[in-house]
Amino acid sequence: MINSNDILETIKMIQDENLDIRTITMGISLLDCIDSDIDASCRKIYDKITKAAENHVKVGVELEKRYGIPIINKRISVTPISIAAAAVPRSQCEPVKFAMVLDKAAEETGVNYIGGYSALVHKGFSAGDLELIKSIPSALSSTERVCSSVNIGSTHAGINMDAVGLMGKIILEAAEKTADDSCFGAAKIVVFCNAVEDNPFMAGAFHGQGEPDVVINVGVSGPGVVRAAVAKMQGMRIDEVAEQIKRTAFKITRMGQLVGSEAARSLGVPFGIVDLSLAPTPAVGDSVAHILEEIGLEKCGAYGTTAALALLNDAVKKGGVMASSHVGGLSGAFIPVSEDAGMIDAVRTGALSLEKLEAMTAVCSVGLDMVVVPGDTPSEIISAIIADEAAIGMVNNKTTAVRIIPAIGMKEGQTLDFGGLFGSGPVMSVNKFSPSAFINRGGRIPAPLQSLRN
Amino acid sequence: MRAVITVVGKDTVGILAKVTGICAESNANVMDVTQTIMQDLFAMTMLIDISALKTDFGYFSDTLKSLGNDMNLQIHVMHEDIFNSMHKI
Repeated sequence: MINSNDILETIKMIQDENLDIRTITMGISLLDCIDSDIDASCRKIYDKITKAAENHVKVGVELEKRYGIPIINKRISVTPISIAAAAVPRSQCEPVKFAMVLDKAAEETGVNYIGGYSALVHKGFSAGDLELIKSIPSALSSTERVCSSVNIGSTHAGINMDAVGLMGKIILEAAEKTADDSCFGAAKIVVFCNAVEDNPFMAGAFHGQGEPDVVINVGVSGPGVVRAAVAKMQGMRIDEVAEQIKRTAFKITRMGQLVGSEAARSLGVPFGIVDLSLAPTPAVGDSVAHILEEIGLEKCGAYGTTAALALLNDAVKKGGVMASSHVGGLSGAFIPVSEDAGMIDAVRTGALSLEKLEAMTAVCSVGLDMVVVPGDTPSEIISAIIADEAAIGMVNNKTTAVRIIPAIGMKEGQTLDFGGLFGSGPVMSVNKFSPSAFINRGGRIPAPLQSLRN
Repeated sequence: MRAVITVVGKDTVGILAKVTGICAESNANVMDVTQTIMQDLFAMTMLIDISALKTDFGYFSDTLKSLGNDMNLQIHVMHEDIFNSMHKI
C-alpha cells in the first residue's frame, strides 16, 4: 500500500498549493506542407494540424480525470512559418493567410494557443523572414490564438541589430493595433536570444527543425508547492533550503514526466521533454516572488533577490533533472510580472524596478516577461531593452527573451488588465535617455568569445 | 490497474458504506483501507483494483465526487501511478 501521508501530501499540493500541469504542447512539423502556392500550403497545414492534434485535447482531459491533476493548457507549436513563407514567390507572399489558417486549425482542435508564427533571424534575414516579421501586428490583431516569436540573437551568431531595431517598431505597432483589447497583441510576441526548439510555453513556442514530425512536450508548474515547502524552514541555513527545493522539484517533475509520457503513449507520438519550470499564475499562493520572500526577503526586488533567485533556479533544475528522462525547453523559474501576484505587488510598492528585473533574468529563465511600459515609449527604447536582454543571453550562453507590452494611452503607475492567467500589469517606469543613435546603426553585434570568460 | 480513493472531511455515519457501495456497483475491488479520525476529522485512503471497472473511469470518479459534495466531504480518485512516480525513486 502506498503511504497515506504521501497520498495526502499529493492531494494537498493539488488542492491547496495550486500544483498543476501548466501545458501539454504538441509540436507539429509543417515541413511537408510547404508549397509555392500559398493557398495549397495553407490547405496542407490545416489538414496536417487537425489530423495530428485531433485527439490532443481529448487525451488531456482524460489524463486530468485519471490522475486527478489539472492540466491547464493544451496547445500546439508548429515549424516557424517563415520557412513556409520562403517557398511562396515574393509577389504572392501574404503571410497573414498562414496566421488565419493556424487560428482556424487551433479552433478546430480545441487548443487555446498555437505558436510558431515565427522567424529565426539571428544572423540575417532570408526569404520570407522580413515579410513574416512585418506582418506580425496584422496577424496577431486579426487572429485570436496565434502566437509569434522572433529569434534575433545567439551565442554563436551574435545579435542582429537590424532585427532588434525592427522588433521595437513591430511590438509598438502590435500594441497600437490591439489598443482596445488591452494591447494584447504585444503579449503574444516574444523576442528571443538563443531560442530553443522544444519550448512548450507560449507565447514563444515553436517546433524546431531538429524535432520529430510530431512530439509531445510538457511544462509543469508549482510555485505554490515550493513556497509551502520553504515556509516550513524558518531559521534554517540556506543549503537546507536548497535541498528542500530540490526534493520538491523532484516530485513536481515526476508528475510532469508521468503525464507527458502517458499523453504521448495515448496519442501514439514520441514524448519529447519536460520543461522544468516554475510558472506562476496571478492566483494567490502561486507566485515565484512569494518564494523569494519566503526565503527571507521583505519584498521581491530587494537586494539579495538575484542571489535567492539563482539558488531557486538551480535547485529546481537539480531536483527536476533526476526526475525526468528528457529535460528541455526553457527550464527554470519564470518571472512574468503581470502573471505573478507577488511581482505585481513588488512593482506597485516600488520594490521592483525594470533594472532589477533585468539583473534577475541573468540567473533564471527566461527574460523580461509580461512587462508593461508606458504607451508613449519610443520604439528605439523598446529595441534597446531587447538588445540588453539579448546581450545577457548571448554572453551567458542561455535563452533570454523579451515580452513587453506598451500600454497605449497609459502612463507609469496605471494598470493594464489582461484578465485570466495573464493577470494585470502595473505600467513600469522606463529610463527615458535615448539609445536611438545606437539602435539606428543597424548591423550585427559579433558573437562573444567562448574563452577568457571573466 | 489500481487507483486510490481518498476521503477527507467531518466524520459522519455511513461514509465507508457509501463509498464501498459505489465501488461494488462499478465492479471495483477494494484491496486495502486505512482510516484515521483526528478529533472529528475523518481521513480515509482506499486502494482499489479498477481493471474490471464496469463504467468509464471518468464517470466513476465523477460519481464519487458528487457523493462527496452531497455528504460535505472531499473525495478524490486518482490512478496509483501518480503517487508511485511522485514518491518513489
